[in-house]
Amino acid sequence: MFGKLKFTDIPTDPLILSVVAGMILGGVAVVAALTYFKKWGYLWKEWLTTVDHKKIGIMYIIFAMVMLLRGFADGIMMRTQQALAIGSQQGFMDAHHFDQIFSAHGTIMIIFVAMPFLFGLMNLVIPQQIGARDVAFPVLNNISFWFTAAGGAIMMISLMIGEFSNTGWTGLAPLFEKEYNPGVGVDYWLWAFQIAGIGTTLAGINFFVTIIKMRAPGMNLMKMPIFTWASLTSNVLIIISFPVITAALLLLTMDRYLGMHIFTNDLGGNMMLWNNLFWMWGHPEVYIVVLPAFGVFSEVVPTFSRKRLFGYKTMVYAVAVIMFLSFIVWLHHFFTMANHPNVNIFFGITTMMIAIPTGVKVYNWLFTMYRGSITFTTPMYWTLGFLTLFVLGGMTGVLMAIPPADFMVHNSLFLIAHFHNVLIPGALFGYLAGFSYWFPKAFGFRLNETWGKLSFWGWAVGFTLTFMPLYIAGFMGMPRRLASLSNPEWAPYMYVAVVGALIIGFGIFAMLVQLFLSVKDRKKNMDVTGDAWGDGRTLDWSTASPAADYNFAIIPEVKEIDDFARMKKDGTAYQRPQKYYPIVMPKNKPYGAIIGGLSIAFGFAMVWHIWWLAIGSLIGIIATVIYFGFDDDNEYVIPAEEVKRIEDERFDAIEAFRAQHTINEKEVKK
Amino acid sequence: MNTTEIKNREEAEVIAAEHAHHAELNTFGFWIYLMSDLVIFSVLFATFVVLGKNYAGGPGPKELFHLPYLFIETMFLLLSSVTFGFSMVAMHEHNKKAVITGLIITGLLGLGFIGMELYEFYELIAAGHGPDKSGFLSAFFTLVATHGAHVSFGLLWLIVMIIQLVKQGLSDGVRSRLVRLSLFWHFLDIVWVGVFTFIYLMGMV
Repeated sequence: MFGKLKFTDIPTDPLILSVVAGMILGGVAVVAALTYFKKWGYLWKEWLTTVDHKKIGIMYIIFAMVMLLRGFADGIMMRTQQALAIGSQQGFMDAHHFDQIFSAHGTIMIIFVAMPFLFGLMNLVIPQQIGARDVAFPVLNNISFWFTAAGGAIMMISLMIGEFSNTGWTGLAPLFEKEYNPGVGVDYWLWAFQIAGIGTTLAGINFFVTIIKMRAPGMNLMKMPIFTWASLTSNVLIIISFPVITAALLLLTMDRYLGMHIFTNDLGGNMMLWNNLFWMWGHPEVYIVVLPAFGVFSEVVPTFSRKRLFGYKTMVYAVAVIMFLSFIVWLHHFFTMANHPNVNIFFGITTMMIAIPTGVKVYNWLFTMYRGSITFTTPMYWTLGFLTLFVLGGMTGVLMAIPPADFMVHNSLFLIAHFHNVLIPGALFGYLAGFSYWFPKAFGFRLNETWGKLSFWGWAVGFTLTFMPLYIAGFMGMPRRLASLSNPEWAPYMYVAVVGALIIGFGIFAMLVQLFLSVKDRKKNMDVTGDAWGDGRTLDWSTASPAADYNFAIIPEVKEIDDFARMKKDGTAYQRPQKYYPIVMPKNKPYGAIIGGLSIAFGFAMVWHIWWLAIGSLIGIIATVIYFGFDDDNEYVIPAEEVKRIEDERFDAIEAFRAQHTINEKEVKK
Repeated sequence: MNTTEIKNREEAEVIAAEHAHHAELNTFGFWIYLMSDLVIFSVLFATFVVLGKNYAGGPGPKELFHLPYLFIETMFLLLSSVTFGFSMVAMHEHNKKAVITGLIITGLLGLGFIGMELYEFYELIAAGHGPDKSGFLSAFFTLVATHGAHVSFGLLWLIVMIIQLVKQGLSDGVRSRLVRLSLFWHFLDIVWVGVFTFIYLMGMV
């Protein structure tokens, strides 16, 4: 009836039990609150089934932030263990538990923090930046979100029932084969990853089509905002590289469930095939997460320097070149694994070449700031922190691109320090910059600046203290993924690193305080005009904050790069249109939530070999899709009068705000 | 014309424009999906190239594959693409009956293809050459079965489309979905040409 699942599979480790108890209590509290305040209907109608890209974006980001807390908890446990388990000490967990934690940490941070965060930002911003009313496939957008959420749910279930993979987030052939790993850990990793990956591919297709086909008239490709450009390249990478991991995981599924010999080391399997397939996805993935962050910086810097972006065209070519090069560098992840030297040289050179377009971008941002009139807001703090720290990470990357040098530091903590050094300042700082930059666009009020900056300092200082010592320990020869340290000389670096992790913890705490205070004081930080920072340059700042369901009452005619800056200069911004038209909008649909729920059931059933449930939920998913195919009731019309009412309300508020403002300014002058 | 008439006409125009735009988006989006699906097949082909000679002491393609049988199987699929083409021609001529007839013949041919493939699998497994016997057989079964699973989904979709045709006739939605199904069907045909060439024909060399 329940496959391999038994009562004894619920972990008895007090540490895990307390976390599980906390999660269950939290869940019960949320359910109770929703019931008490009678918000279930609201949640279902307005959020879970929504096809509004802005709301889907917010759900993605909330999901990413929750998963960030879990991923950070794993991270600080690893740092604590390595600071305690030195010499004869064994720390507070055994090696098997430690292996699961580093596997979960990597999987969560990449698949369930970075990916949903970037899709959250894309959802929130791209339709508004390109002058569209929604994405190309609104229901699919909701379904994509639910696939990602279902993967995250399977990830969380692995903590409560059974175990997680112990073979790292990258998998390890042939250790992840049934023969060496008969338990459910690898299967949890496999299905959480696979289901979320399918959602990502669908979302990538959706945004690619949106950007190619839904731009406002006049916005040709070379007039697109850079964030949209960066997202476009990122989506191309998703469409081409995510199917690779889908296929690779399918092949592993064949090995583990049908006893095949694809990645085994006997009967004709090939272990190196896994490394190649994984990194053919894995390396583009690095750029998938980092390019949109570069896009965010390219929006933040001009806005807060009150200048147009330096070198728009070179920026576009730089992202395009990075997109192309990212497909031909994957082998640098395993220089040491018996490739012909010439092969290593080829991949070493292509890897180094990526530094060139990246350098172009760094100089573009610097020259944009040069002689600009800079405001040091929170998004600007994240950007400057990124510029300083990321360059260091890039340089250690170029160092490791030289195969002989890589042989010295391969799989040491030096590598760990390197990729955290590019991913935390490169990707995460970018998302957090985007978070505080576009928060007013999503909610209509700005975030608390003081606590935002404190959060930045927590992250920047904490990051430096955590990972600089790891560079040194790596140089001293400390391998990655050690559950206990044999060499006491590494100890001091581990102590510093754990202090750094605690300071990052403060950064996260400051983010939560920031959110709490900002909601509390929202009246003080209202964004009435929609141009929250006063110097917005792209079309996303021309809509209301938060934008109406339809974003644009009249689709703008684009004439230039940074068209909203042009409108403000021409005096054509904030003008009431002469006539309003009815607007067709997509209707909310429950299919995403249904498919998401069934995907959780399917993944769980596959992990535990509960075949009836697996087959049942798969049939359920197919039936839902077929039913969706018969559903032609997809849209509703907002009448022109209703559009006029909403827009008039906005224009009245702006005019009142302006009048108030001029009075204030006159008083100041007196 | 009074104001409500103007209003209704305006709304109808907006809706019509929206539908036309969406039909275009759907086809383009489906193309992109097909390209990403092609990447999955590419990976499986690459896997076959890597593992294709790893017989692990077992039999190879020459002992296992029967080209005449596979030729007939292939003909079923290629012909089904032709009959689907006839259906699409009929769709453009607004001949609902001919569309349905074409689809039914396409479906039967597809069913014949799947049946022959399953029988080939059955014979291999019964003779002790299942996918768990060698790297070569693992790669072979995964690639061919993934293609077969796609064709099976195509058949399911085909049945759904026949039902929709009967219920809704050649409405805009049905036409748009038929275009996409035909893309999907021809796409699987092209992939099969690759399978037949790389796995079966080149295995004989």
